Amino acid sequence: MSKEEFCSMISVSEPGPGDGGNTGSWRVVRPVIDLEKCIPAKTGKPSCFNCWLYCPDAVVTKTLPPTIDYTYCKGCGICAEECPAGAITMVDEASFTKEEK
Amino acid sequence: MHVIESGNVAAATGVKLARVQVIAAYPITPQTPLTEKLSEFVESDELSAEYIPVESEHSAMAVCIASSTTGARSFTATSANGLLYMNEQLHWAAGARLPIVMCVANRGVGAPWTVWNDHQDTVSQRDLGWIQLYCSDHQQIHDTVLKAFKLAETVSIPVMVCYDGYLLSHTYMPFDVPEQAQVDAFLPPFKPTHFLNPEEPRNFNTVTLPDVRPDLHGNTAPGYMEIRKTLHSDLRAALTEIEKIDGEFGEAFGRGGDPFVEPYRCEDADYVAFCMGSLSYQLRDVVDAMREEGTKIGVIGLKVYRPFPDAAVRDALTAHKGVIVFEKALSYGNQGALYADVKSALYSAETRPFVHNYIVGLGGREIKTHHLYDALTESIKNEAAIGDEPQWVGLKL
Repeated sequence: MSKEEFCSMISVSEPGPGDGGNTGSWRVVRPVIDLEKCIPAKTGKPSCFNCWLYCPDAVVTKTLPPTIDYTYCKGCGICAEECPAGAITMVDEASFTKEEK
Repeated sequence: MHVIESGNVAAATGVKLARVQVIAAYPITPQTPLTEKLSEFVESDELSAEYIPVESEHSAMAVCIASSTTGARSFTATSANGLLYMNEQLHWAAGARLPIVMCVANRGVGAPWTVWNDHQDTVSQRDLGWIQLYCSDHQQIHDTVLKAFKLAETVSIPVMVCYDGYLLSHTYMPFDVPEQAQVDAFLPPFKPTHFLNPEEPRNFNTVTLPDVRPDLHGNTAPGYMEIRKTLHSDLRAALTEIEKIDGEFGEAFGRGGDPFVEPYRCEDADYVAFCMGSLSYQLRDVVDAMREEGTKIGVIGLKVYRPFPDAAVRDALTAHKGVIVFEKALSYGNQGALYADVKSALYSAETRPFVHNYIVGLGGREIKTHHLYDALTESIKNEAAIGDEPQWVGLKL
């Protein structure tokens, strides 16, 4: 049986970004980082990164500044809860325009 | 080699010859002697397999799902409420396309509690996506087990081998047991090309969203609905494989030849009795008696219930005046499930026989040959008067 035949018969996913589908469409609230408050962004030093550490879907980058991949972010809000600087706010998706989405 | 043994041992002998690698089962009457025999085979090293004792039928099927996913030839067996306790896992095994083979020694379903034979257990499980094969004697049980593994592994769909509890499971009959080398030639080792493998990490049967999704490589991966459609198409296509494998088995062992329906004295018959399991052989006696009286009648035993071989059923039945469907199960609140399927298959036929429905032997109620004779006689005589309602045979109150 070819791999294509097998993969059409059952649901198969491989370890890697996005193989669980476009989970960003599930999101009703969006985490937005305030770079004025974010510790690594503010200090320019690779520190804190609690958001990266706690994100269950690995959609936050460990970069200066940290970024969030909204294609897969489900909007669970753990990053906002764990941010010691209170730099992440969960914003209602309905408040964004179509272009911003 | 000819042996005289019980139907359960006929099944166990087939499983042993199939060189099954994992067995997980929980005892339930009337299946128990089958799994006891298998544990003896494993204990005595006659069969090199993992025998995994479990605390329930749900776990038995879960173990088979796990072992089959790793590419091991896997087997379990059950009856009645045990089968129903597996229900959620049975759907899973079919959806996951695992070639598990399971024997079911057919038994009525409680309440009220019963351990005796009817077909309500497996017939109620007809919509799982499993293949269901029914046997009429011990040789068929043995042979069908061997064919079932080949079929399951060819089409990647699990197969149930169903046989009447007590009437076949616990009675003794002679049957032929082939040599191991013959079976090995017919049924090579199970070597799936895709299985759970740490060298190549994958998630199988992961959650699907309502829509399709792009996979890691940018291809469109199927959603739930596509996967379910494929299961249905493959089940329909399995009819061809059933016929092919039956032919291969016939060439190798000299038995078989009626993959879907097994007719008896039907060539010139005006009327045909139609049923599943050992009842079709009992009906042969009635057919012989009625033939002696001048009634042109035959009997057909259905061997494959799912996928339903509607074309074969239509071909077998359309030329007759009347078809009398005997069933040991009922779609409660409607009709016999087999009766409905037979009528459905005949709907597109140019000429349609009348079709009647008789319910017999629920919970092991003894099926007297003269009851079958009376039912057939009544059906033929009162053709117009008997409507669509199932007629009950052998009621005492």
